[in-house]
Amino acid sequence: MTIRGIAHIAGIFEHPGRELPNLTLAQIHAEVAEGALKDAGLTFRDVDAYYSAGDAPGFGALSMADYLGLDCVNIDDTETGGSSYLVHVQHAAQAIAAGHIHVALITLAGNPRTGGASPGGSANVSGAPEQSFESLFGLAVPAGYALAAKRHMYEFGTTSEQLAEIKVAASNHAQHNPEAFLRDVVTIDEVLESPLISDPLHRLDCCVITDGGGALVVVSTEVARSLSRETVKVLGTGTAIKHSDAGRIDLTYTGAVKTGKAAFEEASLDPKDVDYVSIYDSFTITVLISLEDLGFCPKGHGGRFVSEGALCAKTGRLPFNTDGGGLCNNHPGNRGGMTKVIEAVRQLRGEAHPKVQVENCGVALAHGTGGSLALRMGSATLLLGREEV
Amino acid sequence: MTFLPVWEFPINQESKQFWDAAAQNVLLLPRCSDCGFTIFYPRSICPECRSRNLSWIQMSGKGEVYSYTVTRRTSGRFRSHVPFVIAYVQLDEGPRMLTNVVDCDPNNVSIGMRVEVMFESQDEGKAIPRFKPSQ
Repeated sequence: MTIRGIAHIAGIFEHPGRELPNLTLAQIHAEVAEGALKDAGLTFRDVDAYYSAGDAPGFGALSMADYLGLDCVNIDDTETGGSSYLVHVQHAAQAIAAGHIHVALITLAGNPRTGGASPGGSANVSGAPEQSFESLFGLAVPAGYALAAKRHMYEFGTTSEQLAEIKVAASNHAQHNPEAFLRDVVTIDEVLESPLISDPLHRLDCCVITDGGGALVVVSTEVARSLSRETVKVLGTGTAIKHSDAGRIDLTYTGAVKTGKAAFEEASLDPKDVDYVSIYDSFTITVLISLEDLGFCPKGHGGRFVSEGALCAKTGRLPFNTDGGGLCNNHPGNRGGMTKVIEAVRQLRGEAHPKVQVENCGVALAHGTGGSLALRMGSATLLLGREEV
Repeated sequence: MTFLPVWEFPINQESKQFWDAAAQNVLLLPRCSDCGFTIFYPRSICPECRSRNLSWIQMSGKGEVYSYTVTRRTSGRFRSHVPFVIAYVQLDEGPRMLTNVVDCDPNNVSIGMRVEVMFESQDEGKAIPRFKPSQ
């Protein structure tokens, strides 16, 4: 069974808030759900599947379905950190392909900025078998990504300047997004002069910490045809995990090695067919390694690939994260996968900001990396296309 | 005197021998008696062949830095201990383990550097394995 072309993204919504001290998590979930359904031209009554991840309060999807009054035949709490929402799109597509559902709602909400959460993570490691072998050493989230960056530099000669190129491109895009948390264009030197958090990652190599949320509505072909809103097609999906492998961890690659291959195979496409990419940018290094693993350049060539503005809209060879990404725009709930899908859909609909809209954007790739490059991660790739593709 | 924070941490029946040995300044890891795989972190099943036939083996405590980072800003317990080094040390017996490199200038740590285990004790008799540059 292939799911190519069987599922469609009909509704998207990114919460405009970046600081939401007066909303409960449930309220944010409700607002984004409402926004995405309205975008699709659907109502809560049309929803027969509901997906959420670890950010949903209480009993996860069950609590939120109760709160929202949803009547679902299919729910999914798959939790792979920030990539969860891309995994949910795959699961929705599979359930649609099996004929089980017609309208899946996927929501994300978080308030780490005003809610007092510790930066970077919500994983509950209490009772985890690895707990006492990892938490004792002071490994904060940036340090995990820094370990990968350091090894990549050692093996392939990747430089801090090359990593900075990724932030510079994101900032060039964010200046056009009135809702972006950081809208100032930055230079390579400004990235390098920002304080080191964990060598070799500077503050400006790190994503922002914001409140907010987002939602997606994934529908069957039958429903898509009944809607007046432009939908986009799910062409291919790939999900995979990579973990510490009982002491054999190799920090130079991610689960994208598997997810990219799977998604391209399912879609019958190659990296050269992709017009736009949304790549989860928890840190600059996450983007660089993901681009290699997804096949946009050979392993070790990521530094050269991103140089000289290659990721900039209008001028670069592979425009990325045209909303400003997690590095500048928004990283709701410390989970960047949702906004990656949202901006990819905007590009395919031709609804990105005119200054960053890719001309004739027919195929977009969205990729998420949840967890930690240094420990264990859940990776997910979606290939999305305009309906005529 | 300790280099980095030590505090009460959970020990269970799968990890007890590791931590009991650490308190005696010995680095023990399980090795699969069926397939020969040396396992980090310790557990009671071999993740390579799923055998339960494991034995505890004393490591040499020597290895080299596979990757590292100098954390210069952080929150929580380690906030006042910056800068400090977090590393993956590849033991000579094979496994890569997450740890700290201490007892040296963080700016002098490098990938490939030879290191050896040392143990930082806490009051309850537990000890945490960290590494220092080899003599």
